[in-house]
Amino acid sequence: MDTQFEIKAAPPHGASPSVWRDNSETILFVIMAVGLIVAPFFTYPLFLMEAMCFALFACAFNLLIGYVGLLSFGHALYFGWGAYLSAYAAKSWGLTPELAILTGTATAALCGVVAGSLAIRRQGIYFAMITLALAQMMYFFALQVKLTGGEDGIQAVPRGFLFGLIDLRNEAAMYVVVLAIFLAGFLFIYRIIHSPFGEVLKAIRENEPRAISLGYKTERYKLIAFVLSATLAGLAGSTKAIVVQLASLTDVNWPMSGEVVLMTLVGGLGTIFGPIVGSFVILVMQYKLSVVGEWVLVIQGAIFVACVLLFRRGVIGEIAAKLRIKL
Amino acid sequence: MSEDIILQTEGLTKEFAGFAAVGGVDLSVRRGSIHALIGPNGAGKTTCFNLLTKFLSPTSGRIVFNDRDITAMQPADVARLGLVRSFQISAVFPHMTVLENVRIALQRLRGGSLDFWRSKSVLDQYNARALELIDDVGLADYAGWTAVELPYGRKRALEIATTLALDPEMLLLDEPTAGMGHEDIARIAQLIKRVSASRTVLMVEHNLSVVADLSDTITVLTRGRVLAEGDYATVSNNPEVREAYMGVGHA
Repeated sequence: MDTQFEIKAAPPHGASPSVWRDNSETILFVIMAVGLIVAPFFTYPLFLMEAMCFALFACAFNLLIGYVGLLSFGHALYFGWGAYLSAYAAKSWGLTPELAILTGTATAALCGVVAGSLAIRRQGIYFAMITLALAQMMYFFALQVKLTGGEDGIQAVPRGFLFGLIDLRNEAAMYVVVLAIFLAGFLFIYRIIHSPFGEVLKAIRENEPRAISLGYKTERYKLIAFVLSATLAGLAGSTKAIVVQLASLTDVNWPMSGEVVLMTLVGGLGTIFGPIVGSFVILVMQYKLSVVGEWVLVIQGAIFVACVLLFRRGVIGEIAAKLRIKL
Repeated sequence: MSEDIILQTEGLTKEFAGFAAVGGVDLSVRRGSIHALIGPNGAGKTTCFNLLTKFLSPTSGRIVFNDRDITAMQPADVARLGLVRSFQISAVFPHMTVLENVRIALQRLRGGSLDFWRSKSVLDQYNARALELIDDVGLADYAGWTAVELPYGRKRALEIATTLALDPEMLLLDEPTAGMGHEDIARIAQLIKRVSASRTVLMVEHNLSVVADLSDTITVLTRGRVLAEGDYATVSNNPEVREAYMGVGHA
């Protein structure tokens, strides 16, 4: 039909279309998936699994900051409490790992509904402060209640048998499970961004008063995005608890919220692959630099400053802008 | 009487820290008419607009749309009733294409906007209607452009196309020709005339030739109060109006 032709009529000065440009995201996804399949033959699977959990966490966070424009400074709440409930369900209730992860994820979703409904009424710095305050409240709660094990956390969480059948103490089996969760989570986020709902989110970020004037109840859209983000952060935390067999106060405290901001910023806000690259960069750095002890925090701070001053779009954001493609 | 009146305000008042930006405005807009709100800078026109679309809450007074009291409603709900506004600063979604801009409105009207699990290719079903609306405002050649790249006048046209996608019963246009060149003004004026055939239009406008040309009724505001009301001839012959406003602006 000629209407189709009209839509495709070239904009005045966009990048010239090509197979590579049009499918840049698909191509990079395939490279990433293949890379993660072969990677355990070259480096520690446990490190890779942990990195994938953090990458999913950062992607979930990015859904909110990059695609709705809301800076949550309390995402450790969902990651950490997801981890606690997942660990608790696996250890104390003896649930199979998939059910334990589901329990943790559902807990995070519930926390997201409550915290989101309160925070979404405010904007900018107030939104960030409310999310931080609620997260710290839940941190002190974690410190006090028996369920979390206080200072000790929940240790020696059994990995168990997936569906009661597959022994996840086998590193290869665990790796496949984590890879599947990570890729599924990533594709789900991609779908959210490229859905009718995602279009409305984009419109809200671009011009909220106009979206309201068209009859959109924008708070409802923001809340749903918030809950989705919290849920996926919980999925990441729940999986992490099974993988490293530990849920502790570190997962739920505010530096964790800061770390996910840093990961996303280094990789590139509002780019679909940025948070993944960012989280791998930060984690590799933490491992490599663990010899220098506390200095790693100073180096992280320097990177944060450099990012904000020199390459604000992050690693992936800068590459995408240079090549004029979507990543 | 009330059958003919689509929008009515009674004693509409908005005070900012004791200063009455709008003080006791009674406004009646007849169904199917083009009603202009004019007045010098600071007369309260835009405040009045924001009150009508609920972007501001009145200090006192009542707003009735289609026999329904909308004074306490949320802005999105007012839009859903069919009272849709434009903005003084052009309101497009800058980094979306012309087609996507219009589709956002169609999508709201036809539902499915909360579906986060579906591919956005389902939105392609709105393309035909969106292109019709785009063609209607003379933007057919620009459908694939990013909104931010459009010249100013075209942005206003896009905004009107997006608003019309909701098929609203009543349009509120905030300075539709502000900052435009001659041809653009003529095009937009023609467009307003055309779309008003089946709906009511209330607009704030500075360009008096556009007002004279289009409006059935004109309300003149000064210092937050109604100074005069009537058709162009009546209003422009009112000595108070001439003194307060037109003495300077009217050639």
